[in-house]
Amino acid sequence: MEIFSNMLIYFVIIPVLTLAGLALTKNKGINAIRAVAVTGATALVGLALYLVFYFLRQRHLGVTDDMILTTSVTWYAPLNIKLALGVDGVSVVMILLSAFIVFAGVFASWKMDPLPKQFFLWFFLLSTGVFGFFISVDLFTMFMFYEVALIPMYLLIGVWGSGNKNYSAMKLTLMLMGGSAFLMLGIIGIYFHSTATPGEYTMNLLEIAKNNAIPHDWQMFLFPMTFVGFGVLGAMFPFHTWSPDGHASAPTAVSMLHAGVLMKLGGYGCFRIAIYLMPFAAQQLGWIFLTLTGISIVYGAFSACVQTDLKYINAYSSVSHCGMVLFAILMFNNTAMTGAVLQMLSHGLMTALFFALIGMIYGRTHTRDIREMGGLMHIMPYLGVGYVIAGFASLGLPGLSGFVAEMTIFVGSFEHQDMFHRVLTIAATTSIVITAVYILRVVGKLLYGAVQNEHHRSLTDADATERIATATLIICVAIIGCFPNFFINIIRDSFNPVVEALTSVM
Amino acid sequence: MDYSQFLMMPQEIGLLVVFLLVFLYDTFMPQKSLKGLPLFATIVFGIFTILSFCPQQVQEGMAFGDMFESNKATWAMKNILNIGMFIVLLQSIKWANSDFVSVRRGEFYELMLLTLFGMYLMISGRHFLVFVIGLETASLPLATLVAFEKKYYESHEAAAKYVLTAVFSSAIMLMGLSFVYGLTGTLYFNDIASSIVDDKSLLLIVALAFVIAGVGYKLSLVPFHLWTADVYQGAPTMVTSYLSVISKGSAAFAFFVIMVQVFGAAYSQVWEWMLYAIIIITITVGNLFAIRQRNLKRFLAFSSISQAGYIMLGVVAANAVGMASMMYYILVYIFSNLAAFGVIAVIERKTGKVTTDDYNGLFKTNPWLAFVMMLAMFSLGGIPPFAGFFSKFFIFVGAAQTGSVAIYVLVLIALINTIISLYYYLLVVKAMFIRQDECVIPTFKSHWTERAGLWICTLGIILIGILSCIYTSLSDITSSLSNMFTMI
Repeated sequence: MEIFSNMLIYFVIIPVLTLAGLALTKNKGINAIRAVAVTGATALVGLALYLVFYFLRQRHLGVTDDMILTTSVTWYAPLNIKLALGVDGVSVVMILLSAFIVFAGVFASWKMDPLPKQFFLWFFLLSTGVFGFFISVDLFTMFMFYEVALIPMYLLIGVWGSGNKNYSAMKLTLMLMGGSAFLMLGIIGIYFHSTATPGEYTMNLLEIAKNNAIPHDWQMFLFPMTFVGFGVLGAMFPFHTWSPDGHASAPTAVSMLHAGVLMKLGGYGCFRIAIYLMPFAAQQLGWIFLTLTGISIVYGAFSACVQTDLKYINAYSSVSHCGMVLFAILMFNNTAMTGAVLQMLSHGLMTALFFALIGMIYGRTHTRDIREMGGLMHIMPYLGVGYVIAGFASLGLPGLSGFVAEMTIFVGSFEHQDMFHRVLTIAATTSIVITAVYILRVVGKLLYGAVQNEHHRSLTDADATERIATATLIICVAIIGCFPNFFINIIRDSFNPVVEALTSVM
Repeated sequence: MDYSQFLMMPQEIGLLVVFLLVFLYDTFMPQKSLKGLPLFATIVFGIFTILSFCPQQVQEGMAFGDMFESNKATWAMKNILNIGMFIVLLQSIKWANSDFVSVRRGEFYELMLLTLFGMYLMISGRHFLVFVIGLETASLPLATLVAFEKKYYESHEAAAKYVLTAVFSSAIMLMGLSFVYGLTGTLYFNDIASSIVDDKSLLLIVALAFVIAGVGYKLSLVPFHLWTADVYQGAPTMVTSYLSVISKGSAAFAFFVIMVQVFGAAYSQVWEWMLYAIIIITITVGNLFAIRQRNLKRFLAFSSISQAGYIMLGVVAANAVGMASMMYYILVYIFSNLAAFGVIAVIERKTGKVTTDDYNGLFKTNPWLAFVMMLAMFSLGGIPPFAGFFSKFFIFVGAAQTGSVAIYVLVLIALINTIISLYYYLLVVKAMFIRQDECVIPTFKSHWTERAGLWICTLGIILIGILSCIYTSLSDITSSLSNMFTMI
């Protein structure tokens, strides 16, 4: 079996083996369940780190292919559907991000109750989908893994969530599945226009990009389908409404994984499928989506200012930050797109950190309303400091990941010669200030000031597993902030084919 | 007469042998060993199912004066039906031995096998006479089966509704066929196909509308669906599951052959648009009505209406990919729906509960049944990596291959409808998994035959999608059909 000699397939096999291992454990054997989950997550982190250095080594050795580690095995021969694997710099860092968040997520859900076994089963099914999506270069396989990642959300929120969970779970699932309905039509359309010679249709996106055969009028129809399809997951205005409710109701680890990884699938798909395969329509229709994402950025930030529920604040902040990802991708130049990937990394890590901390605080105070809390810094200093670091990363303090990402995005966006794009960039830049407003408001209210509830004085600080979960994420945020060049070197060249395709149709 | 023609119909002969064995067992075995009849019938049918898979037995060609055709597609379709039939028989063993029913268990199995024989004729018939005989053989015994639980009032009502609609739809179809005969002077499929090539008369349109209506009743396409919910609810659950998959699957295949091979010349002029409209309203109405249902059998009735709409996408595609996808869809649908009905039947037999609210907290008391039901719902809703996702994707690909923008719009409408359908499938999942505070159904142990049936369905749902060989071989079969798509 040729496919098993490619290390990428193990990103799917490891979660599947973890699933099998979990299925064999007993419902009551919590330690065995934890052991299997941690083993799986650690193996994924190890493999992801190995992949990063393997990738750097290949680039160092002078391998300049767009994608490395490409393998293609026929799956459905009649429709020319293949199990095609391959990664470039963007997928490599996305895989790394996912691995770290899955790792932190396992520790954040250490005391999951009830039904820990079922929780981890769905959790790892979701991870299978996420990793499968990032390693595939075949549209059908990508789409399949994309939907595999979506459906566990329903049960994860519905069974283990809190608050208005039935409503949120259903809304989230239906909206994301609605997006994927458009996406499926887009993929079928791309498939039937993938080549100039009829009968030799292909699903491999590298071949489709090389053929560049999608007629312009079809691009104008298929581009909005695919972009909206992924845009729903990327929380693009006006399709973002699932995100606040979903995040607010989801259990901690699910919020982490969802904001940290799943929403990145949207941005990644927009860039990899919609823009890369249909550059003409991207140039023609880009302004519509750019305006929408511009609205997301500012609207999300303003909405976060007036929320009082910690999770809602972060969910709206995610809308704003994820809007920035799509915004930068739509600027169509190398710098902004690099910034977009850095923002995905940065947002993934710091939102996961936020949600982990919120979950830990909520687990102690049993409220998420900032009006009912105060002075927590004295009571739980570890969590308090963690929250401040996450907040600083979010508002773009130099030395942490947010600064690098936003700086690159706005510099790259302003590079665009067009006046319309520049005006939008300036408008979007205001979000930096608004972000500072809502972050400092929460930090001031929650961590400092008078203690609102005397019972809170007896609460404990983070325990060992919680410290592992948060420390992992904090270190990652700091590493990106201090050594951005390491990541930029991995990412940068990956955008050359896209930018070339985009400039060739100008 | 050339008796070697009978070699063209090995599956029909095999089925008759099974029928005769069951009949002889029922007639001549002593009373006390009749309890073993359901198991005996299932095992014999299982052996027949496996034997009929042997591919060297496929004899291709026409028999009985071009009235009967045997080719790889009919062979494959009959095998697909056999698999479904086997699962139904397996799941009904325990039910057939229960009180009230056990007196007539012989009849149950004999009538089931006879209806399957009728469906074989529908699939292989290449003359409308054979087709109609097959259709009637498949329909009328089913009315008896629907009325099988004599003690229930609903069962009678359902049977009356079923037999009236069956007769009515046959009458409409025969009217249409008589128009066709008037137009062409023949009832042979091939002769009709060649003589309507340039025909654009109003009579042909009316005839086609009648034929579509007649088969539409069998398939419960909207607006010919009104009997479905009541009959599905009133009939014994095993008969309902049989009606919803096997009966529907055979009618869909026969419908494909009639529309594409016989009336292919009128495709773009006449029936593509009729079917286009029917699909849209079928999927939409089926879905919207399913949302409101609280009785799971009625719920699956409306779900199966909308599924029939998806199956019809394969017919509107009218190409080899569409045909392969349709057969694949039927196979997947058999596994998914039989899993759902299997769970419903087990729970109904044990506790008599059939509404969604009764399923609250099922995961807590009967985790395995809840798991199978969830797989069935996900597969019906088209969630990967389960088989339903693949079948939906392929049937959309088949339809989109025609390339017209109108069909893309149709696919988009169908896709949006999958989201609606996902909503109500998730309602069942929600009841079982999320509402764990109230457990209506106590923990119980189901019979091993029922578990075996559900295991087969589970494996089918998980494996059929991931193993590509099934779709690939179906696709090879349909693309090798020489005379099927010549008229499109």
